[in-house]
Amino acid sequence: MAQHQVNYASSAGLPIVLTTVDKLVNWGRSNSLWPLTYGLACCAIEMMASGGSRFDFDRFGTIFRASPRQADVMILAGTLSKKHAEFTRRLYDQMAEPKWVISMGSCANTGGMFNTYATVQGVDRIVPVDIYLPGCAPRPETLQYALMMLQKKIRRESANMNKNRKQNLRLI
Amino acid sequence: MRKYTPKDNVQKKSYYTDRFYVVPRVPRSEVQSGSHFADVVNSLKKFVRESYVELGQLIIHIKSTDNIKVLEILKDKCGYNVCSELSAVDYLARDGEFEVFYQMLNMSEAKRVRVVTRIKKDEAIESVVCLYKSANFSEREMYDMFGIVVNNHPYLKRILMPDDWVGHPLLKTYPLQGDEAASWYEVDKIFGKEYRDVIGPENRDPAKIDRYDTKRFSRVGYEVPFGADISDGEKENDIEYSKAPLVDYTKSQKQLDKRK
Repeated sequence: MAQHQVNYASSAGLPIVLTTVDKLVNWGRSNSLWPLTYGLACCAIEMMASGGSRFDFDRFGTIFRASPRQADVMILAGTLSKKHAEFTRRLYDQMAEPKWVISMGSCANTGGMFNTYATVQGVDRIVPVDIYLPGCAPRPETLQYALMMLQKKIRRESANMNKNRKQNLRLI
Repeated sequence: MRKYTPKDNVQKKSYYTDRFYVVPRVPRSEVQSGSHFADVVNSLKKFVRESYVELGQLIIHIKSTDNIKVLEILKDKCGYNVCSELSAVDYLARDGEFEVFYQMLNMSEAKRVRVVTRIKKDEAIESVVCLYKSANFSEREMYDMFGIVVNNHPYLKRILMPDDWVGHPLLKTYPLQGDEAASWYEVDKIFGKEYRDVIGPENRDPAKIDRYDTKRFSRVGYEVPFGADISDGEKENDIEYSKAPLVDYTKSQKQLDKRK
């Protein structure tokens, strides 16, 4: 191995990479998106499958955390009932900035087929949503695609969170 | 298109306008003498107002004040040691009453008895938790869904809906999509009433079908190509029916409609 050793000072210059703070911070943020272990209904089964070995969320740096204090992403997987809406909002408020929300499935997006008195008609009435993910229930690939879209979104953002204006300002 | 009928009180304004429509009813048969059910009716003789067998289950109608005594006899003397379900039916519009029923199960005989009673709107009913522990949650659910007060219940509190919910959802007068309080419930609770204007009303899916939507695929006999202008009306296309009908409609007494 000694023949491959690089002498930086003499042969290849100094070990310096130039980048911006935004890129560096977003590289870190987007590749360690830790979602909250939080399932509401049947979509949570697909979310669990995404975390399992076949679909393997870990390779995205996405590791489910059991505490909102350690989580960056809230995946709202399933039907949100009006009784539970308060607690969802509380969990969202407990998450540390920066934080993102994925609304997973028809029920979370619009209330879905539960056009009734007891279901929140779209979780965007409660929390600001970054990615709406269609399907009933979405397959794990779809959730992975949504996560990759969220990573793309994060990479475009500024490292300074005050500059990132959320679309859904009314709910922040 | 079906004529619009207001749905705010489903029982008062009947869905069916067919004069000859007869609501199908489960056939009832008499209690056979010498059977297990005959013994049950015999031991409850004082309280039974009406009794018959429906789908192999004994139905007993009693006075609402007798419910404890009847269930006690059923439990101790007849071996009905499981109360599998207990709830109510809203007949307020028709009779001004609730029907409260207790579904009992005898594990050794594999028999079921339904004890049925009627209470007026503001009447309370006695709790049966002292006999059957399983009645605890069922009675709470009955209170939650119908607003029926249960006397001497150990912990009468809403079970499904939140404690500060307004209204009782299983009443026929309660709209399916919720009343004013229901539609703003989560907004009021989380952000406060002043946030109603910011968040706006619920955007519910009315499942409306536009007749001029040419992407539709379900208007049989009037299919048009995608994007066609049908403002002058659509051409009727012949539908090929098979000669041998799968169901012989002429056999039934009720004429379905004027279609071929």
